[in-house]
Amino acid sequence: MAEHSPPANATEKRASRVRWLLLAPALLVLLFAASGPLLITLVYSVLTPGDYGGVIWQPSGDAWFNVILQRDIFDDTLSWSDAHLSIFWRSVKLSLMTTVGCIIFGFPTAYFIATRPKKQRDLWMLLIIIPFWTNILIRTFAVVELIRNEGTINTVLMWSGIIDAPIQMLFTEFSILVGMIYVYLPLMVLPLYASMERLDFSLVEAGYDLYATRMQVLKRIILPLVKPGVIAGSILVFVPSLGAYVTPRVMGGGNQLMIGNLIELQFGQGRNWPLGAALSITLLAIVMVALMAYVRTAGKEGPGHG
Amino acid sequence: MAKRFDIQRMPGFKTIAAVTFVLLYMPIFLLVIYSFNAGTSIAIWEGFSWRWYVSAWDNQQVQDATVRSLIIAFWASAISTTLAVLAALATTRTPKFKGQSAVFAMINQPLMVPEIVTAVALLIFFAMIKVATGYTGLLYLIIAHTAFCIPFAYLPIRARLTGMDLALEQAAADLYAPPFRVFTRITLPQLWPGILAGAMLAFVISLDDVVITEFVKSAGQDTLPTYMLGQLRRVVTPEVNAISTVLLGISVTMVVAFTALSKLKT
Repeated sequence: MAEHSPPANATEKRASRVRWLLLAPALLVLLFAASGPLLITLVYSVLTPGDYGGVIWQPSGDAWFNVILQRDIFDDTLSWSDAHLSIFWRSVKLSLMTTVGCIIFGFPTAYFIATRPKKQRDLWMLLIIIPFWTNILIRTFAVVELIRNEGTINTVLMWSGIIDAPIQMLFTEFSILVGMIYVYLPLMVLPLYASMERLDFSLVEAGYDLYATRMQVLKRIILPLVKPGVIAGSILVFVPSLGAYVTPRVMGGGNQLMIGNLIELQFGQGRNWPLGAALSITLLAIVMVALMAYVRTAGKEGPGHG
Repeated sequence: MAKRFDIQRMPGFKTIAAVTFVLLYMPIFLLVIYSFNAGTSIAIWEGFSWRWYVSAWDNQQVQDATVRSLIIAFWASAISTTLAVLAALATTRTPKFKGQSAVFAMINQPLMVPEIVTAVALLIFFAMIKVATGYTGLLYLIIAHTAFCIPFAYLPIRARLTGMDLALEQAAADLYAPPFRVFTRITLPQLWPGILAGAMLAFVISLDDVVITEFVKSAGQDTLPTYMLGQLRRVVTPEVNAISTVLLGISVTMVVAFTALSKLKT
């Protein structure tokens, strides 16, 4: 292309103009319905709540203050906002447990797929990918049908006489955990499989030649080699778990709130849009820190494993 | 003789993998099976029947929500795919440029920011516009869906573009074909599997969205997923299973077709 082009400078200018013209429509839509609204949310977080939702255009730091603190309505004393803190704690706790649960089920599964004959692997992976692309609400609902009081598990247990009354599983933290592991498991298997597929088994063989046990091989050879996959999977599971909304809403039945539900509350019954905005930005900040930590570790370890 | 020592074997891994696959599919299978239940229960089987499909089909709200879902998914996938093709051309067929990482960050924003945060941000922003203009139509949902569909359409299209052999495009340009001609005659015919894959992905993503739709929709603008979310609060009949099964069928078909398309050789 270069031989019969105009002088380099003019070509460059033209290329740049074409590039931005091509990018403009997509960037405009994203600015209008993704980045821009985020900035407005940031502004809303420092305004005064309106009486019936919305805001009054009057600067106020109350929303940020109320994220973790509360002022007693009678004597104005400050204290930690126990309600919010317990919801934050539940979110972090359940997200960490979801991540660990996904590793427990996902690691052996990814290993199993990666050690199948090459032709079979794609088919096994398709089985992992299909649930990933099906509606999160439908998958959550499928688990609800299984564990609700009139659900399959309780019906079978009662029919077989093992229990007399249904075991309450739905609307507990346990059910949220089960639902989230179920929904986010593919996000763990995908990166784990990607790093295990490239695993060099001659290293494993060398380990066995040197009389390592299976456990030692797993701990000293396989785990260090697939660590980037484990980290990537953990981030991919942890981040959406922390911001989960549908699963805790359906599984928690309104008493087991997570951050996502607390945010929604501020725009519904709570009628405190600035607080909702501040909580959203807080959630976003936590997620960004997690993502940045990941990019850093990935950058450090990436080249070593090619 | 002892079995050959298998260096890939890990004790217990196969069992856990088997359990995982069973657990992954059992709830979905049960959901599908009970959509054909003759009784009103979602746990006690009373024989085969189509009644819940018929009742979903006859349900005015379900009809409206289905039409709405399809309209939004159609426009969102069509627009986002078109924009994604342009953006992918700009990021693969021109040299590295200043602001490239900012552009990537913007395109991928819907993948990084938690859905609930985007949903709330859109609720705030669109509420301002609704007050200012008085317009409360479907356009808000279409624009919101278009925005979060862009990265899903962009990724497979870009992958296809970077995987393509540039020799043909260069040859055409050397024979004095103008850039637009090169695109329509050389690039586009090779790119279509990527475009189709991106469009289908965008369509499924839009069709399945719950959170952003729930926050952006005005009164009476339920899509199928938000309608189902509302139904889950009441006594659930297999009608919800029937709707789920149909949606499931669409998603599975699209994903299998998508996988096949992305495997097509350039």
